[in-house]
Amino acid sequence: MLADATTHAIDVRQLHKSFGALEVLKGIDFNVDPGEVVCVIGPSGSGKSTLLRCVNRLEEPTSGTILIEGEDITDPDADVDSLRTRIGMVFQQFNLFPHLTVLRNLTIAQRKVLKRSEEEADSIARAVLDRVGLSDKIDEYPIRLSGGQQQRVAIARALAMKPDMMLFDEPTSALDPELVGEVLDVMRGLADDGMTMMVVTHEMGFAAEVADRLVFMADGVVVEDGPARQVITNPTTERARQFLRMFGET
Amino acid sequence: MADSTTRPKMSPRRRSELIRYVLYGLLVAAAIAAIFFADWGRIQRNFFNIDSMREMLPSVVTIAARNTVIYTVASFSLGIVGALGLALMKMSSVKPYKWIATVYIELFRGLPALITIILVAFGLPIAFGWRIPGGTLGTGSLGLAIVASAYMAETIRAGVEAVPRGQMEAARSLGMSHARAMASIVLPQAFRIIVPPLTNEFVLLIKDTSLLFVIGTTPLTKELTKFARDFMTTERNATPLTVAAILYLIITLPLTRLVAQLEKRTARAR
Repeated sequence: MLADATTHAIDVRQLHKSFGALEVLKGIDFNVDPGEVVCVIGPSGSGKSTLLRCVNRLEEPTSGTILIEGEDITDPDADVDSLRTRIGMVFQQFNLFPHLTVLRNLTIAQRKVLKRSEEEADSIARAVLDRVGLSDKIDEYPIRLSGGQQQRVAIARALAMKPDMMLFDEPTSALDPELVGEVLDVMRGLADDGMTMMVVTHEMGFAAEVADRLVFMADGVVVEDGPARQVITNPTTERARQFLRMFGET
Repeated sequence: MADSTTRPKMSPRRRSELIRYVLYGLLVAAAIAAIFFADWGRIQRNFFNIDSMREMLPSVVTIAARNTVIYTVASFSLGIVGALGLALMKMSSVKPYKWIATVYIELFRGLPALITIILVAFGLPIAFGWRIPGGTLGTGSLGLAIVASAYMAETIRAGVEAVPRGQMEAARSLGMSHARAMASIVLPQAFRIIVPPLTNEFVLLIKDTSLLFVIGTTPLTKELTKFARDFMTTERNATPLTVAAILYLIITLPLTRLVAQLEKRTARAR
């Protein structure tokens, strides 16, 4: 591949990942540009979450290269911890720290990893919490919040690190249907503000409306990759047509 | 069955009531028999001898009970540090660490504590010509700590593994190193889970200090059981054992109550 004029925010090249004998990713080429919102869709077991988890190396790739803003995160000598501070991640199960208040959830990594002062960390925490609309919950423990609120706090926790990009791993899949909207609203706001986002999701409506690009994965390979509207309304492969028919969106 | 039609059938509740009354009756009968047939005078002379009790006070509290607490606290403190290290080694992805921890844990959980204590007290000095610092206190505490750390390591490991994997992942995704995530995120949650079982280990340790008689404690370093046994030979009755038993209970009962409370609290927090 030739040197790009603009460096991709995320650049995945020939990524393979196997769990034992099971090959989950079979040579993925995939990228996200700065400021771009890319949604990854596909049937369960297609490897989309594994791909996302490889991007910040929560999952160890079997082979292939992943460049984060031009830096190789798969390099054994790479400073993975420092690279991860540039990559916010939001999990399906929120994974808030239950033993810490909302404020401490948002400040602990700022303090311990980025070595920000307490005042600075606190004021950043307040700002991002305001952005997700939960300023009044600052002293609560996560268990006291609804699922939607917990996921918004989790987004705020990632944002507090001031990352260059955000990864979302099925952020609304564990939520009651009536709580999905508030989380998607926050994500839409982020996209509007120009955040670089990679979103693994089943929310077709959100993908159609917010994503710049849509990537359809099946059986460990990228089947379709193109402008969101085009992939949804006019998929080129039978596999994608089949999948999208289930959503009745076409 | 023609019989069941003629005899009125007993309801299950009625029947279990009846069984309960029969059991109560048996218990009361046994208690009455014990009260009638026991030789209270001899029991009193042998187990509740006021003169022997007077002889033991105050040293049974100021020396013996005090030493028991010191041995327990010292070996628990030492043991928990060792246990934390062992637990982390056992969960490590570095194979040799894992092996060492596994061998240690299996070895000292498999051996009787008494043998470990003897090995530490007499084996180590013979093998290495090395005197364990701290005299009897150091030797005894080290022996007990070695045993306790093997048990507590498994308790800690179970606690850490009970913390959902997503906690470690979330911490790592924020840029924390493995060690930092362990210290700030996983261990604080694990310790909430393991405080009740660790308190139990503490109670077991209190009782295990009675094994330290084998290392030949001096008058000033005796713990409760050794102290009581020595008094039995001079007093020629078992009253010292009764006194020791009461003192053990005074120390352990509040702790076992505490464990019950803590377990209730964690059950509620879930």
